[in-house]
Amino acid sequence: MLEYRVLPAGDTALVVEFGDRIDRELNAAVLALARGLDAARIPGIVETVPTFRSLMVHYEPLVLSASALIARIDAQMRTLTASASMGHTWHLPVCYDQSLAIDLDEVARRTSLSPQQIVERHSAPIYHVYMLGFLPGQAYMGEVAAELSLDRLETPRTRIPAGSLAIAAAMSCVFPLETPCGWHVIGRCPVPLWDHGRATALLAPGDKVRFVPVSVAEYERLATGVLQGALRLEPVTEIVGAAA
Amino acid sequence: MTAAALRILSPGLSTTVQDLGRHGFQRLGVAVGGALDPISLRAANILVGNPIDAGALEALYVGPSFVIEADDARLSFVGAEAEIEILADADAQSGETISSMRSVRVRRGQVVRVGSLKNGAILYIAVEGGFAIDPTLGSVSTDSRGKMGGWQGRVLAPGDVLPLRAGAAADRDEYRLEGLALAPLHQIRAICGPQSDYFSQTEIERFFAGKYTVSAGSNRMGMRLEGSPIRHSRGFNIVSDAIATGSVQVPGSGQPIVLLADHQTTGGYPKIATVISADLPAVGRLPIGSKLSFAAVTLEEAAAARRKFAADLENIRDKMVPISPAKALVAARLLECNLISGVYDAAA
Repeated sequence: MLEYRVLPAGDTALVVEFGDRIDRELNAAVLALARGLDAARIPGIVETVPTFRSLMVHYEPLVLSASALIARIDAQMRTLTASASMGHTWHLPVCYDQSLAIDLDEVARRTSLSPQQIVERHSAPIYHVYMLGFLPGQAYMGEVAAELSLDRLETPRTRIPAGSLAIAAAMSCVFPLETPCGWHVIGRCPVPLWDHGRATALLAPGDKVRFVPVSVAEYERLATGVLQGALRLEPVTEIVGAAA
Repeated sequence: MTAAALRILSPGLSTTVQDLGRHGFQRLGVAVGGALDPISLRAANILVGNPIDAGALEALYVGPSFVIEADDARLSFVGAEAEIEILADADAQSGETISSMRSVRVRRGQVVRVGSLKNGAILYIAVEGGFAIDPTLGSVSTDSRGKMGGWQGRVLAPGDVLPLRAGAAADRDEYRLEGLALAPLHQIRAICGPQSDYFSQTEIERFFAGKYTVSAGSNRMGMRLEGSPIRHSRGFNIVSDAIATGSVQVPGSGQPIVLLADHQTTGGYPKIATVISADLPAVGRLPIGSKLSFAAVTLEEAAAARRKFAADLENIRDKMVPISPAKALVAARLLECNLISGVYDAAA
């Protein structure tokens, strides 16, 4: 059985922690426990929030005491099968052109790579969606190639545009809304990761993502399609695990 | 005939529409948000006969001014002390002044001007019937970072016209609240963790012994404290995890931040302790410059405090007292005749 520990986060939430590193196996356990607890529909559990390596469980202590909740978690853990992710696979178009990638030159300087090499290395992997957080629909995707791993900016920018694709350490994010940000912006995605009208997120933890480089002209065409409501991205049909 | 509305003349320092929050979507990165002081919000709604979770205006430090664009409207003001002026129109130099913790009926064209708040950071202004705003993910709370909910997902601005559900006020008495305890709390109860193991025992003791001042960088996301800095024993970066409202994070500076309603859903600083749910409303209403300290409690003590808190919420209704002098006199006479008080309550 996986090692885990339960930490209190006040009197209405607790944290089930599987480790202290970013790791797909730990993340699979987090997502499996979230699925298990959600499916069990335990009265008193208000909501579960999966993150990289831990699950926060919000509860109503006047319905379900902390010790009773921990007993339910222990029971789930005895039968937990952290199987391969059940998520969708997505091909997200990204324009890496300098006009939409304010930090591309600086990343090139700091990594001693050309902008073209950065695009190749960034768009090569199949990324794993570890969690959503920080902004509505914002997915943390890893892992970025070691050569592109950079610390955050010393002074965060006061705002970057919605759709900005940015990297920091091993993570890539597409920021769904205009926001202050200390990450390195290397492109822009025309597909909204947060649908304001329907209040839904495109990506979910456990999904797989491949970034597909597109030209400025293609970016503009797709962005216009989104504005007109004509473009809606569907997951690609390949089965996770069988993806090339 | 235009639809009933409040037209904002001046929004005050930072006024938003808030209800009891947007629950159940943190896994999508959506903040819970909602009233910083849910006790006062509930009381404001009760005073005007709204459901307790209806959306109301939450004003910070300096209140708004607005015009009534409805036949008439019933408002309530609950939270900090404030001078609330009711003027005949936008050009009037002076008008009737009332205090907070009561309801009032205002007529078309009258202007309500709320001044600076005293002895608290927050004032709620509820309107009978509530605002005609469609909920987003089950809530009308303003999420400024997520740009959703409330009025166009942002703080109010001059010229905003907030539609009202009721075109006129119900014919009934006005009430005030007597004995609702909203005094600032200076000792805040908290439970150690979730990341207390990022701090030595000495530093944890220093945190609970420390005296802190609420600093000017505070907002609806977090209350920034100034005091003796807390040192980390294993660095100040953790792999980002989920945040509970009330958690006290300690960034590199060592100056703690109590995470409030609008906190982001995930973060990467260790959290030394978490304020218990029963004390969160009192934390929310603490103004900048307040002094506070933390007291460590157990989960059992926190559960007992939450039970008492839930009972106190149920008792808000009992603290309503009619304002109208004529009706109060009638009530006194009914009592003199040995009629049970329930007769008057039922008629109210």
